[in-house]
Amino acid sequence: MGLKRGHQAHPIEWLVERGIFLVATTAILMVFLIFVFVAREALPVFLGQTNSSLVQEVLPVEKMNTLTPVELQKYLGLSAKQYRELDRESIRALMEVKIEGATEASHDKDAGLNTTAWRYLIGPHQWTGYERPAYIWQPVSQIHKYNIVPLLIGSLKVTLVALLFSVPLALGAAIYVSQLASTRAREWLKPSIELLAGIPSVVLGFFALLVLATLLQKLFGYQGRLNALVAGVALGLAVIPVVFSIAEDALSSVPRSYTQAALALGSSRWQTAWQIVLPAALPGVFAAVVLGFGRAMGETMVVLMASGNASIVSGSIFDSTRTITATIAAELAETVFGGHHYRVLFMLGTLLFIITFVSNLAAGQVITHLKSRMEGKR
Amino acid sequence: MSATASTAPALRPFRSRRFDLASFVFSGLTGLATFLIIAILLVILGNVIYSGGASLSWRFITSGTESDMFDVRKAGVLPMIIGTTARVLLMTIFVLPVGVITAIYLTEYAASTSRFTRVIRSAINNLAGVPSIVFGLFGLGFFINFIGQHLDGVLHGTDTVWGKPALVWASLTLAVMTLPVVVVATEESLRAIPSGLREASLALGATKLQTIAKIVLPQALPGILTGAILAISRAAGEVAPILFTGAAYYMADLPTRLSDQFMDLGYHVFILSTQSPDIEKTRPILYATVLVLLLLTIALNVVAIFVRARMRRNLRMLQ
Repeated sequence: MGLKRGHQAHPIEWLVERGIFLVATTAILMVFLIFVFVAREALPVFLGQTNSSLVQEVLPVEKMNTLTPVELQKYLGLSAKQYRELDRESIRALMEVKIEGATEASHDKDAGLNTTAWRYLIGPHQWTGYERPAYIWQPVSQIHKYNIVPLLIGSLKVTLVALLFSVPLALGAAIYVSQLASTRAREWLKPSIELLAGIPSVVLGFFALLVLATLLQKLFGYQGRLNALVAGVALGLAVIPVVFSIAEDALSSVPRSYTQAALALGSSRWQTAWQIVLPAALPGVFAAVVLGFGRAMGETMVVLMASGNASIVSGSIFDSTRTITATIAAELAETVFGGHHYRVLFMLGTLLFIITFVSNLAAGQVITHLKSRMEGKR
Repeated sequence: MSATASTAPALRPFRSRRFDLASFVFSGLTGLATFLIIAILLVILGNVIYSGGASLSWRFITSGTESDMFDVRKAGVLPMIIGTTARVLLMTIFVLPVGVITAIYLTEYAASTSRFTRVIRSAINNLAGVPSIVFGLFGLGFFINFIGQHLDGVLHGTDTVWGKPALVWASLTLAVMTLPVVVVATEESLRAIPSGLREASLALGATKLQTIAKIVLPQALPGILTGAILAISRAAGEVAPILFTGAAYYMADLPTRLSDQFMDLGYHVFILSTQSPDIEKTRPILYATVLVLLLLTIALNVVAIFVRARMRRNLRMLQ
């Protein structure tokens, strides 16, 4: 690998090697493109250019003949392509609908609000018909309410349940498999546990929906069948292989000299594992939990199928819960392309990308650092 | 590895005769955690195999479905099997060359300490951690709304052929998602090849590229195969990335062009579990569909485990 090339490279070989280099940059390009193109669709929200206000200046239908096509297209909120496909009659109809909508909506005092402004996306608001200021996500109601707080809380709540369930199990198994099990048992235990990662998340969701929900309901005796607990436990099953693999890897990378020294001094196997190996591998274990967090926040199908999907702010794990991922999956197909609902969902996607990107980066740093320390390079 | 196995008995600690409670509890708890995970895995697999096996029939696998997908007597999953197979095969064609070449660059060319190599590695790690639903958004925002619509603008004027969900866009989205799987598996197998083989080839006057093509790659073939199998298994079960990029709720015809939408096994499981008018009645076809999907993904995983174990054994003998 570190060898110098024996011959002067043929020009074609030189070209091929350039090609290899270019292809190798694909991964970087893709991460970049993912961020750019998800954020691009959400950009108007970030820049405050979307407007979901229902009370807008309406023009009389006769204006249709005096406006330029571009002005008309903008006024009706259509894309250039959509506009081209419409005939005069449909444009007239659209203008009438707009006037009707405006007269109807103006009865509500909230109709004039641009609910995609940041203060409505994040802060509580006293909506008409509510007793006190509240965080509401109701994008398809008459007033489009886009507060993301219920979704954030939902995601965090389900993730917390998933981690509380999966981390003790996965860490226990990682310690057992890497430190206590015989070499023979280890050889089949490790792939078996990692086989859990081979179960598609839609199957975990299905299992949660049909089996786990009934089981947990009998166990705890709560009302609604689907809630944060069911989704969290099922999500935990998806998180276990992630935490297990990384933690097991970190524990196994502790040099044998550490364990040999401890055993030679007369400590038992569990003392060695608990007092020597675990502290040495602690950063790796921490990284495993962080990666598990990222996986749990980003998992879609399990929570979409098992959480109940009601967007309410509640601290109870026995309440139906809606997460960021499930919201995107459930609502994007029904949005108007380029509309404010569509943009807000992409904004949620961007948020999700940033959360997982940061946790991955942090975990990656910790693991690299730990590995180089264990190999004595520091 | 074999060396550690032979020295292990000698490392057993001096055992005191006294019963050690702490040790017992600690080993018991960690062992219990391991046992629980395996038990959960077996319960899920057992549940699906037991209930799914009862309602799985040859007719179910080899027939299409009517527009009423919830009719237990007429339901079939052939279009979904074909759709899922088509999208993962197409994905493999896209991802395999890129993944293998990236791995070749990382092991054979890149200096492991250079900043650029570290950026590539970190990008691959990050790609592996991007949530699957974000890949779906990316597929919609990039492949469909950007590339697809521009293709339409150039090729078809006002018609929409590429600027909508399609088989090719779903496959490309999945290819981006599984790139890290292929890179990591290929890299592992490349690194395991003794450098003596490369040195011998270079010493005999072969160029570096000849060495890679004729010596290194043939040796790495099982590893590349493992990567491909793992990528296929991962992609076959994913639903979130194809929700907006190509999966159809129902289609009367099979997909014949790259721009067609398709029906999908995983998406069908989702539909049967959440949209069924009577879940008790449709339970048999739901279980049977899950079983087909699991057979596809888990079987591939088991194959990958065996190929990998075999490869490791062979390489150990080489060294």
